[in-house]
Amino acid sequence: MKMTKLCVLALAAVFMLSTVALAGTLQDVRAKGFIQAGVNGGVFGFSMPDKKGVWKGLDVDTARAIAAAVFGDASKVKYVALTAVQRLPALQSGEIDVLCRNTTQTLTRDTVNGLNFAHVNFYDGQGFLVPKKLGVKSAKELDGATVCVLPGTTTELNAADFFRSHGMKWKPVVIENTSELNKAFFAGRCDVLTSDSSQLAAQRSVSPNPANYVLLPEIISKEPLAPVVRHGDDQWYDVVNWTVMALIQAEELGITSKNVDQMLKSKDPRIKRFLGVTPGLGKALGLDNKWAYNIVKQVGNYGEIFDRNVGPKTKLGLQRGLNALWTKGGLMYAAPFR
Amino acid sequence: MADTTTEKIPFWLDPKKRAILFQIGVFCLVALLAYYLVSNTLTNLKRQHIATGWGFLHKESAFEIGESMIPYSSANTYARALLVGALNTVKVSFIGIVLSVFFGTLIGVARLSSNWLVSKLAGIFIEVMQDIPVLLQLFFWYAIFYETFPSPRQALHPMAGLYLCNRGVAMAFLSPHPAHKYMLLAFLAALVLSYAVYRWARQRQARKGLPFPVFWTSLALIIGLPLAVWLAFGAPMQMDVPKLVGFNFKGGISFSPEFIALLLGLVLYTSAFVAEVVRAGIQSVGKGQTEAAKAIGLKQGQILNLVILPQALRVIIPPLTSQMLNLTKNSSLAVAIGFPDFVSVANTTINQTGQSIEGVALIMAVYLIFSLSTSVFMNWYNKRAALVER
Amino acid sequence: MAGDATSIAAADTLKPPSTRKGVVGWVRANLFNGVFNSILTLVTLWMLYKLVPPLVRWAFIDSAWHTGGAACHKVSGACWSVVTQNFRFIIFGFFPYDMQWRPLVAMLILFALLFFSQNRKYWNRFLLYAWIAGLFAMGLLMKGGLFGLAPVDSTQWGGLPLTLLLSVFGLTAAYPLGVILALGRQSQMSGLRTLCILYIELIRGVPLISLLFMASIIFPLFLPEGVTINKILRAQVAIILFTAAYIAEVVRGGLQGMARGQYEAAESLGLNYYLTMRLIILPQALKIVIPPTVSILISAFKDTSLVAIIALFDLLKTSQSVLSNPEWMGFSPEVYVFIAVIYFLGCFSMSNYSRKLERELSTEEY
Repeated sequence: MKMTKLCVLALAAVFMLSTVALAGTLQDVRAKGFIQAGVNGGVFGFSMPDKKGVWKGLDVDTARAIAAAVFGDASKVKYVALTAVQRLPALQSGEIDVLCRNTTQTLTRDTVNGLNFAHVNFYDGQGFLVPKKLGVKSAKELDGATVCVLPGTTTELNAADFFRSHGMKWKPVVIENTSELNKAFFAGRCDVLTSDSSQLAAQRSVSPNPANYVLLPEIISKEPLAPVVRHGDDQWYDVVNWTVMALIQAEELGITSKNVDQMLKSKDPRIKRFLGVTPGLGKALGLDNKWAYNIVKQVGNYGEIFDRNVGPKTKLGLQRGLNALWTKGGLMYAAPFR
Repeated sequence: MADTTTEKIPFWLDPKKRAILFQIGVFCLVALLAYYLVSNTLTNLKRQHIATGWGFLHKESAFEIGESMIPYSSANTYARALLVGALNTVKVSFIGIVLSVFFGTLIGVARLSSNWLVSKLAGIFIEVMQDIPVLLQLFFWYAIFYETFPSPRQALHPMAGLYLCNRGVAMAFLSPHPAHKYMLLAFLAALVLSYAVYRWARQRQARKGLPFPVFWTSLALIIGLPLAVWLAFGAPMQMDVPKLVGFNFKGGISFSPEFIALLLGLVLYTSAFVAEVVRAGIQSVGKGQTEAAKAIGLKQGQILNLVILPQALRVIIPPLTSQMLNLTKNSSLAVAIGFPDFVSVANTTINQTGQSIEGVALIMAVYLIFSLSTSVFMNWYNKRAALVER
Repeated sequence: MAGDATSIAAADTLKPPSTRKGVVGWVRANLFNGVFNSILTLVTLWMLYKLVPPLVRWAFIDSAWHTGGAACHKVSGACWSVVTQNFRFIIFGFFPYDMQWRPLVAMLILFALLFFSQNRKYWNRFLLYAWIAGLFAMGLLMKGGLFGLAPVDSTQWGGLPLTLLLSVFGLTAAYPLGVILALGRQSQMSGLRTLCILYIELIRGVPLISLLFMASIIFPLFLPEGVTINKILRAQVAIILFTAAYIAEVVRGGLQGMARGQYEAAESLGLNYYLTMRLIILPQALKIVIPPTVSILISAFKDTSLVAIIALFDLLKTSQSVLSNPEWMGFSPEVYVFIAVIYFLGCFSMSNYSRKLERELSTEEY
């Protein structure tokens, strides 16, 4: 008897904790009242918990922007920390609604793995970081080097390709945990750390002695990092895609979280449409007309997010580079909001 | 109730039939559950366009592996990459088991020592090592290794031919020479000969009651034969000393920090358990046994060999085997510190191919093979031990 | 022996030689009895002398306790600041900062229950109710949503409460399953027996990490489209399935230890299988296996650290997360030592208790 009751209780608990979702993701997200976002467990500046256990970073802010667009409340996000091997299954199985985990857009992932990549929120490329005292000037001098690299990433394959195509030997040190890997490099476990160059710059700037390390000039790959959603849910894809574009558009229009309230009174028809003063765009996406206003008000525009998390004034001290607006020589370019 | 025949008992009251029905029910439930899961999986795989099958094993892996016992490059197949991983698991498990048994026995004996200090320290060691998760120990030793040791150019050089740095340990080793092959053959021959001598001595003792110094003869054979071969080849003493070439040490033999951290963590953790097993085994042999052996005039060595060890080993071997198996299974934690064992390579494979089901199935299959072969050995041993019993 | 009477009388009157008593006597008897032991003692003392003072210096004298990360890099000893400054994140993980009293209270309830449960005087119906109420209260405190407690999603559980949750719930749920498996393995029905043996040997033959991989990346594929189960729960299920196989083996040991007469006596009373097990066999068998069950609890407690590999923020993962903050990079030994102390305290008290219980139970039999 007791056993039966226990079983029933256990089953009930399982059902309470399992969620059934069959309608479109947007409806599901609305129904449950929050977005589940898959993030990296610990990359400083992109997604990492702070001292109080609050998630911070560029990828985290992207997820918050989506929540602001859907709910008008950027805090309605639940973060699921994922390892590299877990990220795709987690999205495919519906455990998370969107993956904001510095994931490179590739043809295979877009097709064979059944995913859709939204607008890129960070342009990157793979580089090499070496200690200055090695005296290496080019990646082509790295024959015989020990290289720290994250396993199971495009980075690992790119590195293997690079060394193979130049007929060089190398010894990989692969640790699946980003922070463990970086620690190993700065402690001297490897001669070279290879990763997305923004990460390398970031890691260098926070290392005990930044001046002791140099980035080699070679960039061996393109790494467009973008939020990812499941294939075949166009409405949700649109929401995520246009949220990222809205961040860029806001910067282009000069709307920031501080001046967004004054901008509501702007005469510029583009701003009026964007902020929902002239209604229409929000409805087309299936969102509130104030969606873009909410994003900018609560999270800021792309420039603000960049500066806050990885920009020159942060510990990472990254320059905008490829991630500057197209008007300033970068690649950040939002399609017209009309 | 003489008139009760089998026909009159309703089938639900007949324990035999009821048992069969019950089992059929259970099997149906299990089969249903399996069917439910498999059909779900198949639909999901189809819906999400996830590739299935073992075709990926023959594709080019395109990733490198840090250390390998067989030639491997990123141009090889996934199958070969996985083989490299399996061999690495075998390597670390084998060395780990040998070291844990050695240190565990030492510590177990120390625990029973009449020296208070040694016994207490052994006790503290056992308690501390058993109570800290092995994964934490791996992280700890790995961090200690690369955070405290210097870079290759400032490598510690405690003795000739030995270098310690954060790239690992490099040691001088005999350079390869044709004599080594013959020395190995001589060693194997000596083992066979020793066994033959042992059999012969036993038979002779049973027939004539004459003892024969088997131990010393075997020792002489095992050391003497390879030595003789070595001398016959002109005693080649060429050492291969590690030298700093480019980025790293070349030559000699070297061990990576991942390997050393993994080995250190596994050996410390397991030897604490082995020590307890050994202690319990030795204590299980009553004091009366020693006294009785003394009374019939056996010598100290004979007491140990003929009375204590056979009884203690019967208690020690079964839990010892399960500790060895635990070590092998714990070696799968290598994935956390980046030693390319089987789990680590399979993990990367899953990541690159997206075929998680095949990957995890492979991991389980490989470990099951290890476990089952150990069980087979255990059953064989138990049978032997049972035969000895009277 | 004939000499007994005289020797006792002599002991009463003659004092032992001075070298046999007091500090000197003790040292002689325990540290310097024989050449080998003397050398051993001296070598050990020398090693301790070389090892302990620098360690004490590192840990206590040259160490920093309440500084920032930058100041810590200038200290030659240990930087305990990395623990003190991030203490609450290491212990509580993502639990909302101003609500962290809730997991704290939940853990205190657990410790109180464990404390009372260790005394066998309190083993009665009331304790069972206290446990049920306690588990409910703990669940409520963690999850919220009732009595004005703000709901906290389980994705925000982390740190020590998660570690305890996984091990305590893991064992509680695995226990009944393990007993059923053990009964199945000992059953007369050959089909059922094969099934149970298959399960037990299969699980015991593979490492826990492979089950965790399965739970975290394959299990979602087993469910119909759209149904998802929370990541923590999936890991919990893997731990339960794993632990149950080990409990089954322990319980089987207890069942095999039962005298044949017990079964026969029950049969002669006309008890059926269920009643025989419930009234006669299991109460005795389960009592025998309490000590080994505690050691399974200890391993379960230690094994939960493996969930760090599948990115659940247990105690080990929260501390690693702190270490990946640039401010605190390079202080791994300090953090790992701190975590090790927590694990050690937990395991040590449990194994001590297990030994005490073993003594009590073994004396009772006579």
